[in-house]
Amino acid sequence: MDSIIAAASVIGAGLSVGLAAIGPGIGQGTAAGQAVEGIARQPEVENQIRGTLLLSLAFMEALTIYGLVVALALLFANPFAG
Amino acid sequence: MDFINNSILLAGVEIGTHYYWEIAGFSLHGQVFIVSWVVIGLLLTAAFLGASDPKRIPESWQNFMEATVEFTQDIARNQLGESSYRTWLPFVSTMFLFIFGCNWAGAIIPWKLILLPEGELAAPTNDINTTVALALLTSLTYFYAGFRKKGLGYFKRYLEPTPILLPINILEDFTKPLSLSFRLFGNVLADELTISVLVLLVPLFVPLPIMALGIFAGSVQALIFSTLAAAYIHEALE
Repeated sequence: MDSIIAAASVIGAGLSVGLAAIGPGIGQGTAAGQAVEGIARQPEVENQIRGTLLLSLAFMEALTIYGLVVALALLFANPFAG
Repeated sequence: MDFINNSILLAGVEIGTHYYWEIAGFSLHGQVFIVSWVVIGLLLTAAFLGASDPKRIPESWQNFMEATVEFTQDIARNQLGESSYRTWLPFVSTMFLFIFGCNWAGAIIPWKLILLPEGELAAPTNDINTTVALALLTSLTYFYAGFRKKGLGYFKRYLEPTPILLPINILEDFTKPLSLSFRLFGNVLADELTISVLVLLVPLFVPLPIMALGIFAGSVQALIFSTLAAAYIHEALE
């Protein structure tokens, strides 16, 4: 593989996971904070809130995973490797 | 590139190496088939054991299987509503049980003890082909659901709420299977990668919590896939 392409791919792979983690990180923090607030206000619905929270956290996590998929494609299935 | 590949190989993860079966000019990923067959066999055995001798007051295994089916029934009912969920319950339940079985089979059964000539046995869902197949099945199902209910009137959905959104509505049909398949594939592969990198750094005890997290994430991903499949079917039926 061309060393320029290899270097660019590795940098791109790192960036794609790192940048993709920012947004979901903020989102998950907000969601978890709101859930804690909700539980503190109404402890009797804790189980319901926990279920919804886990489901939505998994949805947000999927966004980071998309970045990871791109990174993996760059590292192991690079279409420009030639 | 060699360095990365070598360190990944040390950690025991082989990405992009497969145990190929050449059948009728097609290259099949044998390791995926083997593990899927094991999962299918386990699910069938569980189902037969649960239904072989049904009693009015369920005992041990029948009880467990009934609880499982009721859980998947809840997934379908919550999304599709009381009136129409029964038609789509088999699909949603099958999706949930198969993905759940695949994820847990990959996380729990020590496949490393069985050596293949090439590649390694792992969760079938860590191969993008499996997840794309499952996602396309979901797409076909919701199209079928829409056509069955409304005939060609199904396409009216694309012009709502305004015809300006037509391209976005069409695009949605492509992004749905894409996001479904990538989410499942990425999560399962990410778990296995994290575990193997940790095993590379500290081989004892430290990876255990991450393995537990992987088992948990596997079940959540199965739940999400089946929930979304049910939600998409409901959308087509509306």
